[in-house]
Amino acid sequence: MKQAIMMDAKDNVANAISAIKAGEEVAILSTKQEVVQRLKAKSSLPLGHKIALMDIKRGDEIKKYGAVIGKASKNIAAGEYVHIHNVESNRMPLTEHMLGYK
Amino acid sequence: MEFQGFARADGRAGVRNRVLVVATSDCADPAARMIARGMDDVVAITQHLGCIAIETATTLVGAAKNPNIFATLLVSMGCEGIEAEPMMSEIEKTGKPVAMVRIQEIGSIRQTVARGREIVAKMVAESHQRKREALDVSRLAVGLKCGGSDTTSGIAANPAIGVMADMLVDAGASVVMIEPIEAIGAEEFLASRAANKSVQKQVLKWINDEEKRWTVPGAGIDFMCRGNIDGGLTTLEEKALGAIHKGGHRPIKGVLKNRRGCLETVPQGGGFYLQEGTHEEIPAITYMAAAGANIIIFATGRGGVFGHSICPVVRVTGNPETWARMKEDMDINASTIMEGKESIEGVGKRIYDEVVAVASGKLTISEQLGLDNFAVWKYDSRLEALLGLL
Repeated sequence: MKQAIMMDAKDNVANAISAIKAGEEVAILSTKQEVVQRLKAKSSLPLGHKIALMDIKRGDEIKKYGAVIGKASKNIAAGEYVHIHNVESNRMPLTEHMLGYK
Repeated sequence: MEFQGFARADGRAGVRNRVLVVATSDCADPAARMIARGMDDVVAITQHLGCIAIETATTLVGAAKNPNIFATLLVSMGCEGIEAEPMMSEIEKTGKPVAMVRIQEIGSIRQTVARGREIVAKMVAESHQRKREALDVSRLAVGLKCGGSDTTSGIAANPAIGVMADMLVDAGASVVMIEPIEAIGAEEFLASRAANKSVQKQVLKWINDEEKRWTVPGAGIDFMCRGNIDGGLTTLEEKALGAIHKGGHRPIKGVLKNRRGCLETVPQGGGFYLQEGTHEEIPAITYMAAAGANIIIFATGRGGVFGHSICPVVRVTGNPETWARMKEDMDINASTIMEGKESIEGVGKRIYDEVVAVASGKLTISEQLGLDNFAVWKYDSRLEALLGLL
């Protein structure tokens, strides 16, 4: 089974420790390596990227390390890939330069 | 818990017992290196920022005061703006042996080197009289740094080091973290760790000042880049939190001042501290060493490999590919976290045990190789003045 690490009990996302394909079962591990949740991936994601652990509404806080890392720019379903397509920073919006387009 | 270390007269504890040769400016650097050449446990350092850069003298003095250093010889040219006498009297306050040779006074490089080597040989012989003794872990001061970071840093190495940092603080030891640039975006979290309102203000100023320095027109840096995004980092907040998580979760007791010739040392009594300074690897480690850190933990995803003249550097990688390719140069494998074989807490405990072993004399890989990197950095006082940060 594929695995993802949840950095803090308050988090609503976890980091995949291997690439995950849509439809695969994912075990969510705590920092103590206990399986705290199991869910089915709704989309594919690369190693090191984030998966939603619950349904997240547009405008809701995204939490990792027990802290806010941004807010949802779209509704996100549990098991979906979480990245720049559905999350934005509260601190510093991405620019085209950062994205490498300019 | 105890480790086997060297008790110093000022109450601090060393994990090494080195003799230091300090060229007070780079003019005297070759002579200093000739003095140290071929002698065991003798290291030569200097700074390359010019002989009138007074604040660099404070950093060199801090390095000499570090408890890993048993005794110091200052090597001065004689005409430099940095005066050796005040440096000497400052180092003397620790109660450690200190001496000076001045090239223009002695008369030549050859004679200075011969005189210097006599003094250092005596210091080395004296240092051998000192034996390690059982000391409480609370007397350790550990500095944290990351570099060559990648996707695995914020998931494996840094969180594991954070577990170690919390264990050290809980055991009464001190932990110090520099590199304010990486904290930009993690203001809320770090402020929430501040021990009180006044520290909270210092923490926010520590981050805001750094942001001002890097957002002047022409600074030419982005706080996020394509590589970060491809690695899975979505926002600046996430990137910053991943970096500063090597600092764990314990209360921040203060921000150590480090500018304009004032270099605050890690107070005795334990706890977690931030320090003003740079993110550049070697000078950042120098600053933490100058503030009293005696072991450095360095997280590196891609495999940054260097040591330091003053402190043992323990390298930790969380990247399985880096571990497979570079294990000969890595002290700690945290990539087991990425492979689902070990927990973050388990690796954190392993790093803590390694700190105690290194403190008791176990040589790190960079020490086995004799890597003795050293560099001094200073704030650009003109930029500080223009930004109103003096």
